[in-house]
Amino acid sequence: MRHVSGILVTVLIWAVLITVPYWLPLAGGYTSLGTRVVILGLAAMSVNFLLGFTGVLSFGHAAYFGLGAYGVGLTIKYLADSTPLALLAGMTLGTIAGMLIGALIIKLRGVYFAMVTIAFGQVFYFIAFRWHEVTGGDDGLSGWKRAPLELGSLKVDILGDETAFYYFTLVCFAIAAAIMAILLRSPFGRTLIAIRENERRTRFLGVPVEQHIWLSFVISCLFVSLAGGLFALVNNFADPRMLRWDQSGNFVIMAVLGGMRSFWGPLAGALIFVVLQDYLSSMTENWMSFIGIFFMAVVLFFPRGLVGMIRRKSMA
Amino acid sequence: MSQLVLFNLFNGLITGAFYALMALGLSLILNLSGVINFAHGGFLALGGFLAYTIMPYVGFWGALAIAPVLTAIIGIVLEQLLIRRVYGRDPLYSLLLTFGLAFVLEDVTRLIWGAQSVPFQVPSYLASPVSLDYFFLTGYRLFMVVLVLAAVTALFVILTRTRLGLRIRAGTLDLETVSVLGVNVRSLRTLNFGLGIYLAGLAGVLAAGLLGLQPTIGASLIMPSFVAIIVGGLGSLPGTLLGGLLIGIASGLTTVFWPSATEAVIYVMMGLVLLLRPSGLLGEQGRLH
Repeated sequence: MRHVSGILVTVLIWAVLITVPYWLPLAGGYTSLGTRVVILGLAAMSVNFLLGFTGVLSFGHAAYFGLGAYGVGLTIKYLADSTPLALLAGMTLGTIAGMLIGALIIKLRGVYFAMVTIAFGQVFYFIAFRWHEVTGGDDGLSGWKRAPLELGSLKVDILGDETAFYYFTLVCFAIAAAIMAILLRSPFGRTLIAIRENERRTRFLGVPVEQHIWLSFVISCLFVSLAGGLFALVNNFADPRMLRWDQSGNFVIMAVLGGMRSFWGPLAGALIFVVLQDYLSSMTENWMSFIGIFFMAVVLFFPRGLVGMIRRKSMA
Repeated sequence: MSQLVLFNLFNGLITGAFYALMALGLSLILNLSGVINFAHGGFLALGGFLAYTIMPYVGFWGALAIAPVLTAIIGIVLEQLLIRRVYGRDPLYSLLLTFGLAFVLEDVTRLIWGAQSVPFQVPSYLASPVSLDYFFLTGYRLFMVVLVLAAVTALFVILTRTRLGLRIRAGTLDLETVSVLGVNVRSLRTLNFGLGIYLAGLAGVLAAGLLGLQPTIGASLIMPSFVAIIVGGLGSLPGTLLGGLLIGIASGLTTVFWPSATEAVIYVMMGLVLLLRPSGLLGEQGRLH
């Protein structure tokens, strides 16, 4: 029964995502809002791969998100006018950084791990901020555009056509989500959950825990840098604030808000967060206060997130 | 050249003293309650702005004495209302809660005092240089170093010579036993939080005199404080002090040779420390959690 309802939810989510360009304008939104939700949802799901399914609290994923964004921007601006190549470069940049930093921190746990990830994230922020000639410094990296796709004879104009670009990001999202889902169902994914539930016992079973956490961290960085790269493509712009610590906090709150124990939860969290931020920043100058209060309210009243609440209700 | 080096060395020492003051407060709270207080920078800014507001009535010295106490009181109220609720829960929740609080504090500060930087006048006898050859050695800078030293000494005296300090240190090691021995852990945590926020408020007043005041002043000082704690070693207050001074001096010296790496150098230091000694310079081995 549970299995059937799981398939049903997945089918429903895909049906909603695929039809976004048809119903979103009718609901008073615009297509690029949907694009942003999908991209930030991917980022939050990648963070949750580590947070919810491995039980490791990283509070510095903005670094890899931002590296993905700058990787894309720099590639198109200085190297090659190709969107897929740029995304690949952004992912490589973010993943290599994740591999190196991951190796330094896998022995740490809990609060200490969180603190070190936050602090390391700031290095890239300062590099982007200070290296003005290359990164554009505080003004961000602009003066480049995403290139139309060319698949043999087929050309897709993702630059001029917002709907085409939405579907392009949705395809990227689908590939990433599918890989994460397959990984989580594999013995590797089950081992990650075992580490989350009881690290010591898993270690006694002979599992190399540090290697698993490192790999989970790197996978998480890989997909979050893909999300960052796509996010830079939305406005053809990479911003140093994408790298800053408050962005990391946003990803974590999306994951918590949606439900950390659920695969799709972070996507729901991203939807609520993006719509709320969009609405608040158009309504009031003091949107920061509202976002802050929102954070606190989630912690105090909805610690299990939306999905956790729904599951609890249906169990009762 | 040597004067330039000396200038930046001294500057680095002052910056390091700031980091240390802020990091010590963070460390106190983290060690006893397991909460990383993201809002610490917000309290620092609050301390500075409160001093700015009351200075016309009570003068510089009055503001220096009163503003940190007011900040600590606000801190205690917020601890009672909010932060107390996440003690003992997954660190994820205290991180997100104080993260939200940091946003609110910064925004409220901006709402009350405006987004622009406001001037903060220190007494003229403190602002003038001590010697013409070493123009950068203003009385205020020397005064700051002395005051930070005094505050740190007082903190260590409180921690080692008073009953409260004894309980805080014991609670850091084993809170459950302390509780069983009849100490009210709830009020111990509250007092300890107030003490940490007092240090943030004090750092705020001093920073206001040196850097001028704007709502984002705290946000720019909080990350280096994290680094100071990690470099010095989690769980060790002397380590935090050492870490703060070291990274301050390192970034001061880097300014001479490679100005654009001023901020980044401390993170490189952190990476090196984690590589060579994961528990930090003075941290105990095996206390990585």
